Order: sequence, then C-alpha cells, then structure tokens
Amino acid sequence: MFYRQAGIRHTDYGADRELFPIRADRYMLAGLAVLALAAPVLVSDLHLNSYILPWLIWTTAALGLNLVLGWAGQLHLGYAAVMAVGAYSGVHAARFGVPWEGAILIAGVSAALIGSLFAVTALRVKGLYLALTTLAMQFVMDWVLTHSPGITGGSHASLQAPPFRLLGQRIDSDAGLYYVALFWCVLVTVFLLNLRRTALGRALVAVREKDYAAAILGVNSFRYKLVAFAASAFIGGITGLLLVACFYFSVSPEQYNVNVSIQVLAMVIIGGLGSIIGSYFGAALILLTPGIANGLFASASDLLGLQLSPETLAHVPNAAYGALIVGFLIVEPLGLGKIYGNIRNYLLVWPFGYVKK
Amino acid sequence: MEAIFVLELAVNGALTGLLYSLVAIGLVLIYKSSSVPNLAQGALTMMGAYLVLAFAQQAGAPLWLAIPLAMVTMFGAGLAIERVALRQLAGRPIVMILMMTLGIEIFLRATIMAIWGGASRPMGLGVSYDPLFVGPLLISRVHLIGASVAVGVFVIFLFFFRTRLGIRLRAISDDYTASWSVGIPVEGGIALSWALAAVVATVGGVLWGEVQGVDQALSFLLLKALTVAVLGGLDSIGGALLAGILLGVLENVVSAYLDPLVGGGSRDLVVAAVLILTVMIRPHGLFGRHDIERV
Repeated sequence: MFYRQAGIRHTDYGADRELFPIRADRYMLAGLAVLALAAPVLVSDLHLNSYILPWLIWTTAALGLNLVLGWAGQLHLGYAAVMAVGAYSGVHAARFGVPWEGAILIAGVSAALIGSLFAVTALRVKGLYLALTTLAMQFVMDWVLTHSPGITGGSHASLQAPPFRLLGQRIDSDAGLYYVALFWCVLVTVFLLNLRRTALGRALVAVREKDYAAAILGVNSFRYKLVAFAASAFIGGITGLLLVACFYFSVSPEQYNVNVSIQVLAMVIIGGLGSIIGSYFGAALILLTPGIANGLFASASDLLGLQLSPETLAHVPNAAYGALIVGFLIVEPLGLGKIYGNIRNYLLVWPFGYVKK
Repeated sequence: MEAIFVLELAVNGALTGLLYSLVAIGLVLIYKSSSVPNLAQGALTMMGAYLVLAFAQQAGAPLWLAIPLAMVTMFGAGLAIERVALRQLAGRPIVMILMMTLGIEIFLRATIMAIWGGASRPMGLGVSYDPLFVGPLLISRVHLIGASVAVGVFVIFLFFFRTRLGIRLRAISDDYTASWSVGIPVEGGIALSWALAAVVATVGGVLWGEVQGVDQALSFLLLKALTVAVLGGLDSIGGALLAGILLGVLENVVSAYLDPLVGGGSRDLVVAAVLILTVMIRPHGLFGRHDIERV
C-alpha cells in the first residue's frame, strides 16, 4: 500500500534508467530531504551534534569503504589509516594557512595517494592475504603516527584544528557543522547511487565477481582495483578531515587506530555489502549499540540490586558490540540492507503478494 | 655491537619466537581444516589463561588440576564456537568469515574483561626468575620452558597426524568433497580442529601469562601469531615452528639495531613489515601449499 508500482511503464531508455522509477520512492525521498534540512529546527542541539552529526559522518566513511569492499570486492582492513592520512594532512595544511577548501582537497588527494599504496598489494594477492596485508599496513600507520612527533606531536599529543571556515563563512554553530556533514554525506551517496549505472560501476562489479573473468572480457582488473582503492581513499580522507573539523575539533592518533578500522568494517558488514541504505542503518546501529547496551545493563542491574563494578559496566558496551556482529552474521549475513529490501519488496506489491516484484 | 650480544639476542629471540609459534599452531590447525583464518585466536589464548586462573584462584584447585580443567572447558568452547558461529558461514565470502572471527574476538575479550576486570594478574607457575647462564649467554628460564613446551606440542601433533583421527583431519584439509564421498564426517573434523586449537590456545595462554602476566595484552599476540602463521605457510604446522624462530630472531635483532634510530618500540613495526613482505613476495609462505585458482 505504501509503495505503488501500478501505472509505471517504461517507454524509453531514459525512463528505464531513472534512479527512482517509482513515484512513491521519490515522494519519500523528498520528505526525507525536507526533514534533513529542517533537522536543526526539529531536533535539539544536543541530539543534533552528538547523534545525528557523527552518524552522518560515519555513514559517509562506511559508504567510502563500501565502494572498495562492496563494489570492487577488495578487502580493506585499514580504512582508518586512510582517514588518518586525510585528517592529518588536512589539519596541517589548515594550520599552515591554506584555506579550508584547499585543505579538504589536500586531504582527499593525499589520502588517495597513500590509499593507492594499499592497492599495490591488491595487484599481487587477494582475499584473505589482501585483508592481512591491509591490516598490517594499518598497524604500520598506527606506529608511524605514534612515533613521529613531526606529524602528531608525539604519542599522546593531540593537534588542535584551526577555526573551521568555508566560503568565507566562519562555521561554528551546531546547525552549520551539521549542514557541512549533511552536504558531504549526500554528495557521496549521490555519487554511489549513480555509480551503479556507469561503465566504471559495472567494471568494478565485474572485478568483484571474478577478476580473471573480468580480464577476459577486456576489463583491466588492476586498473579498476586501483581506481576503487583511490576513490574510496579520497572519500575516506575527506571524511576523516571533516570528522575533525565538525566533531572532534582536534586530531590524535587513537582516533584512527585499528579498532576504528574494524568499526567501519562492522558498519559495512552489518549494513550489507554493497548496500547504500544499509550503510546508513549499519552506522546508526554500531554507533547506538554501546549506549543502549550500557543503559539497559545499568538499569537491569539496578533493578536486580546487583552491585556491579564500574569496570564491568565499562566493558559491557564492547561485549554487546561484538555480540551484535556475531549475531548479525548468524541471522542475516547480508545485513540490514537486505532486511530493508525484503520489507520493501513485500510492501511494494501488498496486498497482491503473488505479483512479480 | 659485539657478536656475543647479537648471539644472545638471537637465542632469546628464537625462544620467544617458539612461544609465538605456540599461538600460531592454533591458527594453522583451524586454517588447515577449514580455510578459516581465526582472528579470535588471541582472544582464545587470553580466555584460556583466565580460565586457568579462575579454576586455580576462585575455585581453589591446585594449578596441576586447574590447567587440565581449563583445557577441557576450552575444548568445549572451541566446539561451541565452531557449531554456533562458523558452521553457518561455510561457503560465504571470506570477508564475512573474517568479520565473524573479529566479532568473536571483540565479544570474548570484552566479556572476559567485564567478568574478571582488567588488572594484570600473575599466572604463578613458580618458574624462578634467576638468570640462567649458558656459557656467556644469559637466557630467560620462562622462555626456555615455553619454547620446549612449544616443541613438545609440535611433536605431539606430528604423532597425532599419524593416528586414524589425524589422518582424517589431513584428508579433510586436502579435499572436502573427496573426504565426504569416502564417509569422513567433515563437520566433525572441522569442529575437532577448533577444539584442538582452543586447547593449544590454553597452553599458550598459561605460558604467555607466566611471561607477561594475565591481562588484555594476551589477545594482542594475534598479530604476531598471524605473522608467524603466514610466514610459515598457513597450512603447515612445521612451518609455523620454523617461522616462529625466524620471526623471533628477526624481531629481537633488528629492533635492537632499529630502536636507537627511531626512538624505541620498533618491534611491532618489524612484525608488520615481515607480514607485508611475506605476502608480497611469497604469499603461500615458506612451506604452505600453493593453491591454483581456476576461473
């Protein structure tokens, strides 16, 4: 009832290739866009910058990783390292006096350059070995960051980001920061939505399915692997910098360590490989779980009158996070995106379930 | 640096390396039977050590009883992990399997921390810390004992793989379908390899717990064990043993030269570099099987 396929006939190729052929989808998106734009008015500042803003930024990071993992099928366990490159090069550029627009570009380009190094391993190996190499590279990056005072100011130091300004405007209000994050998130989402129907997107999918077979069809698989790594690193670098500019306001090595890589990977997997809407759901779930688990556990122990040590309470969110990953992979390995797709397909033709979807 | 100092570094490095192999053997066992890279092996090692302490200190059992009890519990835990989590994922893309083992790692580590707390505790095997001099070389007793246990475990597996059960496991690692067709219970074999890996992890946990104390840091052995396993070839137990010695020596000697240059802490860098170089130059490791992929 909510979705209507009735009366949708594609009479030319243009109509057939539309991003959202179903009118109800377009109305829903328009509604979402209005909500997103009005969010600073509708939602309290606290919720806006402690829930929605990080959610948007992490979603963008998950989308960037999804490009290389879900589309090109290349395992990448070092995404936080790439984000760190972007964050540090951008912040250093901004501190040096480069305007923020330039700093953002520098962040993207330098991250893409370093990110391409990850792709060099993809030339040689794939699957498990690629995962292990990227993981090792993440450790190397962690080490470099904590051991080079020239970049980070030492192992426990943090680097303050200069005041954030774009297009001559000083951006320091919650609403302003939110709109910057929203703009970047929407931009990346639109890019990925369109990627599906371009030659590049199809080539990436071909490489994912079987790189040898793609090579036989004339797709230069190494070139596309390189493009995938570089493009996702570009997105990751800028996202890493925006994370500093909009949320942390300073940058330190532990914001981009190996656990962060695993966290972004978990967002992608729980959201669903190659699913755009899934990345939104996955990021939301991963970000919310620790808080919810903590609240539930604390109130449950109050209710039962248990005396739990603060140390126990501190580790419960982490255990819930691990259990969430394990549970999802057991119950629905294709993630939240698949669950959403199932519900949508059901509603699309409801109440005529026998109609071809 | 004088030769004797380098020699001392190398010998102690080799002993430490054999201790890495002990953790790596668990990884190899699981990879051999089911091609699953078990990133939770570090957490299993940690769990083994904590279980021994739980039996010894909370239940009050003597240490010679607590260790076998922990081994039996871990045997069950290994079976359970395989049955509940990994069997569902057979045939799924490798990224999901990796994520699953990472999820198990996070879950186990956090649960153990939530139950027993994060403060480091001594294992209390009672190995003396007196220096042991072999000629002019100073050798750590704990590491020497640990290294001999590692070699012992290797020898046990050498014999185990010649028993009826061991031959079954080897058949499974060779070819699933062929094993099925001659009536070998493949699922059972894989479950057994998980259980054995968990038992080996307990042994590793006890020895590493004696070396560096029982705390969260035990799970960080994963990177080193992984490097050892990859360097030796992911499906070769003997390879893991030799690669352990190699990595231990390299780590100790190279970092001794490198530390003054970069200001300390270069051990992890050496390990990561060995992992990257191994994969780039010889992905199947020193003794691993070279798989051929068909389109």
